[in-house]
Amino acid sequence: MACFPVDFADLEPFADWALPTERERYGKRITSTMAQLQEFYDAAFPRLEAGTDYLQKVQLDGIAEDDKHLLWLFCALVTVAFAVEAWRQPRVPDSGAASIDSVVEPVP
Amino acid sequence: MAHFAKPAEGSWTEHLKIDKAPLSYEDSVSPEFYRQEQDAIFRRTWLNVGRVEQLPRNGSYFTKELDAARTSVIVVRGTDGEVRAFHNICRHRGNKLMWNEFPREETSGMCRQFTCKYHAWRYNLDGSLNFVQQEGEFFDLDKSEYGLMPVRCEVWEGFIFVNLDNANKTPLREYLGEFGRGIEGYPFHKLTQVHKYRAEIGSNWKLFIDAFAEFYHAPILHSGQYTPEEARKIQKYGYEAIAYDVDGPHGMVSSWGGIAPPKAKAMVKPIERALASGLFGPWDAPDIGLTTEQLPPAINPARHQHWGMDSFVFFPNFMLLIWRPNWVLTYHYWPTSHNTHIFEGTAYFVPPKNAFERLQQELAVVSFKEYGLQDGNTLEATQTMLESRIIPELPLNDQEVLLRHLHNTAAKYVRDYQQSKTATPVGAS
Repeated sequence: MACFPVDFADLEPFADWALPTERERYGKRITSTMAQLQEFYDAAFPRLEAGTDYLQKVQLDGIAEDDKHLLWLFCALVTVAFAVEAWRQPRVPDSGAASIDSVVEPVP
Repeated sequence: MAHFAKPAEGSWTEHLKIDKAPLSYEDSVSPEFYRQEQDAIFRRTWLNVGRVEQLPRNGSYFTKELDAARTSVIVVRGTDGEVRAFHNICRHRGNKLMWNEFPREETSGMCRQFTCKYHAWRYNLDGSLNFVQQEGEFFDLDKSEYGLMPVRCEVWEGFIFVNLDNANKTPLREYLGEFGRGIEGYPFHKLTQVHKYRAEIGSNWKLFIDAFAEFYHAPILHSGQYTPEEARKIQKYGYEAIAYDVDGPHGMVSSWGGIAPPKAKAMVKPIERALASGLFGPWDAPDIGLTTEQLPPAINPARHQHWGMDSFVFFPNFMLLIWRPNWVLTYHYWPTSHNTHIFEGTAYFVPPKNAFERLQQELAVVSFKEYGLQDGNTLEATQTMLESRIIPELPLNDQEVLLRHLHNTAAKYVRDYQQSKTATPVGAS
């Protein structure tokens, strides 16, 4: 069954990144390899750049399931972008065992 | 090289009449000093425990653990709409009144009355005791004398504060001083999209305020927010604030605009270009009914054209950051011992109109978290070495003036409290 809107069908192989909370998205990032993060980033980033107009038309009130999954996937891209673009590793450098956990966040 | 003019005295530190000598950080490593801070500061000053939006309806409540003040409080909106606070303790046998599953974890919800889990004593939302199980078994129990113990509670611009010192009559607004009055009118009530983060930090509470009260560290520790080439330029440039100010125990720093939007798109990472957002927030400011020029007078006090954000430190542990692109961050530092505390960072945005704006806000808060993780772990590294007491005093520069003010203020509260205790004859309080 399709997870994302038809125009974003090419992202279906990455549907496991469409996680509803920041905590889950960050958790998936730090347990992934850089190769996995890079593969997801390379597939999703161009689709975000090209998808601005589409995303600007998606209202959050009464958002459709497929659009909600797409939003979560791009939220995951935001989380993964730091590892790929800045740190070149899944974890924040020198962050050791430190954690900052999301305790309140918007739905969706 | 000076990018922003300093006051006539030559430095902010001298302008604000703060001494320039190296500063002892014994106040951040001493368990004894922390115990004194608990009594002198956390049981005696106004503490921000939340916002009115957390109490949307009559009967809405939340609890707040105040380890540093050795208590827990319930904050509730009564049937009359008033916000009140009480010590979270049953008058019968001292059980914590409101909690779920884990006694030390905070809780929130809606209720018509508070019922103790232990023996079902029940209290109205105004604190009055309305039901005692097997009341006839007690001896001359007058229920009107066993209401919940009230805590002073006042609201400023939607921020709910409590003060555990019933003898201190200073109203909240007076306590918040010039900065508080000068911020009034900012439309906090329009910023209802909330992201909140929490972290257990292995350092004294003041060290994390130090970290956020100076941006001297930003071009170094957080250079990853720029492209490598840009990071090198910015390190060379260093950091200077537009202005610093102090008022009583409180302080503020007014900072230049950073990267919202950047001067050139090549300065920032691809995700920031794609979303037109970053650590400084979404580049397009949403409408809040005020232009930058119309912001209340304490915000961007220099009325500088390159202004980017202000960071207010309301003593002891509430920090309020107002960003030019019309969003707000708050930081709270809740001590749990002399070398541990709980950090809370909360971002407030105008609710996004669409999925793209939601993603722009996500990038801003995730950026805050990424850099906060760097700060948090660095603090543990600082705390462990300060505890070695190898170096007695630290040299602080002019961009670190708010650190001096914070540590000096904590010392003054402790000193004043000790003096007030010795000045009062035993039994005469």
